[in-house]
Amino acid sequence: MTHKIMELVEKSSLKDDVPQFDIGDSVDVHTKILEGEKERIQVFSGTVIARSGSGTREMFTVRRIVAGEGVERKFPLHSPRVAKVEVKRSSVVRRAKLYFLRDRVGKAVRLKERRRT
Amino acid sequence: MPRGILGRKVGMTQVYLEDGTAVPVTVIQAGPCNVLQVRTQERDGYEAVQLGFEDKPRRLANRSERGHVAKLDSKRQKSRAGVEAVAKADCEPQRFIREFRGQTDSEVGAQVTVAEFEGVKAVDVTATSKGRGFAGVMKRHNFSGQRATHGVKKVHRHAGGTGCSASPSRVFKGRKMAGHYGNERVTTRNLQVVKVDEENHLLLVRGAVPGPNGGFVSVRETNRLR
Repeated sequence: MTHKIMELVEKSSLKDDVPQFDIGDSVDVHTKILEGEKERIQVFSGTVIARSGSGTREMFTVRRIVAGEGVERKFPLHSPRVAKVEVKRSSVVRRAKLYFLRDRVGKAVRLKERRRT
Repeated sequence: MPRGILGRKVGMTQVYLEDGTAVPVTVIQAGPCNVLQVRTQERDGYEAVQLGFEDKPRRLANRSERGHVAKLDSKRQKSRAGVEAVAKADCEPQRFIREFRGQTDSEVGAQVTVAEFEGVKAVDVTATSKGRGFAGVMKRHNFSGQRATHGVKKVHRHAGGTGCSASPSRVFKGRKMAGHYGNERVTTRNLQVVKVDEENHLLLVRGAVPGPNGGFVSVRETNRLR
């Protein structure tokens, strides 16, 4: 019974159109940023290496290399500030968490592309 | 009247506000509650309203519990000479009954719902905290314990000294020590009301509330607004 109540409460905070993407996808994450009064969109692009949590607390991790340094950002999937997640390219991956990418440098970071049918 | 209601703690989750900020909330299934009795200055010596939450099967209720909510015209209601019949709520026996102090304009038999909390900024939530049994000083009083190495033997989670030596050669009263922790009445004050869901009888308050999920809680409007 309590589960039903929780779902009810969380429903209002969940997105109607949840961004669709898979682990290993190269994505552009569009986030809304408030600068003083003005709102602008910032784009963070990289590879989705993990998804965690459930319900309103679901998060996903995007990793990219900036100036030779690995940068990871974790976004709340259902946050209104995450405006859009654009899938640029999909890859063939065989696990849910791609943490092994953290230990790789250079060419080894590349993932094999998966053609969508 | 002090706005108060009884309910159950459902659990914690996180909701997003319109501006995108995530708020940690505790979901409380509150009400509808029946007003079982109204305490008055003349009769009881203090003003209060007694609420009951959740029906209890009649077979589990004892006679006094059943009689407390019985109908006025029921067979068991005895009419004795010179004794005025007291108003009864006319509902099922209630599982969780608490009183809220203060003058009230509600009558016996009325219903209290979460709609009362519309527009209330903050609430105090009272419940029985989770029992932790016999707990050591680190858990119970947030002591730091002792070092892992450097000659510390078998006392890593102990307190240090408990006082002076030969004078006074006793431990002062009130010394914080290990002992029973939890399973006591705890009030968390000034919790911000995030949302009132009249339709589903839900109350969302920001932050944590004492007690386990599914435990009974009593919620009242705070008198210490910050």
